[in-house]
Amino acid sequence: MSVTVLKPGMLSTVQDRGRYGFQHLGVPVSGAMDFFSHRVANILAANDPDKATLEITLLGPRLRFEDDALIALCGADLSPFIDGIAVPEGKAVRVRAGAVLDFGAGMAGCRAYLAVHGGFDVPVVMGSRSTYDTARIGGLDGRALRQAGVLPVGSAGATSPYPGLARELARSKRSFSYPKWAVNQHIEKLGRTPQILRILAGRHWDAFPGAARDALTSGEFRIGVDSNRMGCRLDGPVAIGGGPPEILSEAVTFGTIQIPPSGKPIVLMADRQTVGGYPKIAEVAGVDLHLLAQLRPGDRLRFELMSLAQAQALWLRREQEIITIREAVEKHLTE
Amino acid sequence: MLPVPKFFPMGDQALIIEFGDRVDPALSAHIAALAQRLRDSRPIGVLDIVPAYSTLALHYDSAAVGAGASPYEALAATIGTWLKTQSVESPGAGRMVEIPVCYGGTFGEDLAALARSRGLSTDEVIAIHSGADYHVHMLGFVPGFAYLGGLDARLATPRRDTPRSRVPAGSVAIAGEQTAVYPLDTPGGWQIIGRTPIPLFRPDASPPSLLNAGDTVRFVPISAQEFESRSKAAR
Repeated sequence: MSVTVLKPGMLSTVQDRGRYGFQHLGVPVSGAMDFFSHRVANILAANDPDKATLEITLLGPRLRFEDDALIALCGADLSPFIDGIAVPEGKAVRVRAGAVLDFGAGMAGCRAYLAVHGGFDVPVVMGSRSTYDTARIGGLDGRALRQAGVLPVGSAGATSPYPGLARELARSKRSFSYPKWAVNQHIEKLGRTPQILRILAGRHWDAFPGAARDALTSGEFRIGVDSNRMGCRLDGPVAIGGGPPEILSEAVTFGTIQIPPSGKPIVLMADRQTVGGYPKIAEVAGVDLHLLAQLRPGDRLRFELMSLAQAQALWLRREQEIITIREAVEKHLTE
Repeated sequence: MLPVPKFFPMGDQALIIEFGDRVDPALSAHIAALAQRLRDSRPIGVLDIVPAYSTLALHYDSAAVGAGASPYEALAATIGTWLKTQSVESPGAGRMVEIPVCYGGTFGEDLAALARSRGLSTDEVIAIHSGADYHVHMLGFVPGFAYLGGLDARLATPRRDTPRSRVPAGSVAIAGEQTAVYPLDTPGGWQIIGRTPIPLFRPDASPPSLLNAGDTVRFVPISAQEFESRSKAAR
């Protein structure tokens, strides 16, 4: 079972939840930028949460399914269509062998996730299938999709999920079928402007003067054009200054807001280096990271301070919300 | 005697323990040894344990750490208790790793200029660089990249004015008061003085990195012929 890359798109990479256990050796975690949409896509495609999906950035690829497949698309709305007909997001979709998935205009968000039942079965490198192209590890040949690449798909389990969809597809002349039900795949709506992101005071928060902290929490920022999977570079109304010039290099994390000498904040993302030497004024709350991952260059955002206790309580609630989604989907698996 | 460690949250899924605020081989060696022992004890919910010059970071899954509303408080308390059981004796856990280097020529294009700027002969630079033991404070920047301490002050040289768009993997370089080996082909502005034929990072090996925090490194000069035969052997 496989998917052929007819056109690679701008940046399409195989990702899972990331490569943990090697940060002390300088190996970045990588993984899905919007790990929430990645998880929901896997749930809809009747996959375990650790299966690899395809992270599709702004301009999508053109892909041909060489066999019948069960797929799901979540995250950004990049106007997906199959053999010329729009295909819904946030649903399980049964696709006929030979069908071609394409993408059109980016309507909302930056990154869509394509899950396929069985998962994209590229080799596991250091415990993960996530692409990290700097070291050429993970993904399809260690890098983003290329023309004529072939994505292997893992073998499905013994039972075929959503048998009704397969029957419907067999009766129909269309290339795909999908059910009436859907899940609340976003929880928060994408495309708010400015996007509010909640942050926690960082290790060097107190080392910055009050004016710098106010500038961070009251100013409106834009996502810089040089943002990527390593980090989001932010353009703000004023430089954030007056903090410690450099610190002894130490660990950083997904969502760390570094202040380099330019005073322009950098929010570290999935492919971030494991350590950094710039002061860390704050961290984006884990529950809001997926919203940041969905912002495009030029999009506006604001930061709002929140407490660690609140952020951790919201994270646990988010886990519950995902369980609720999974339970809702599981009721339909045998239909 | 180590100072009392201080705990700081780093977002809602990581914490940092600060043991000091200086570059000191004894301090980073101690932190590296603690990191290894903590990793071996497999604390529940902890995904990564990252030692640095003066800090130790834990990345955790707050849902797996559990303990209700404050996973941070619970984990910090657990680790704080564990730290009290650890001895402050010199750990000596690191290994001595010899790294063969072919200095100068096409492998070290900046060697001659660096020697001139320091008022030394190239042979003197090689003798000084390969005559010292270097301490691995930490890894980072790219996979397998070691932050080495112990460069002789006579070799300290600023970065190149214009960074190279590609520095080949294995390049041995100097910038400021630091020396390092590039594990991957990457852009870089350091002064390149030689190259090693042995890989610093191999994703299919266990462990994937030649070096770990707490190790000691010694550079051993080799000839171009030896470089060729050893790089064939490494492939």
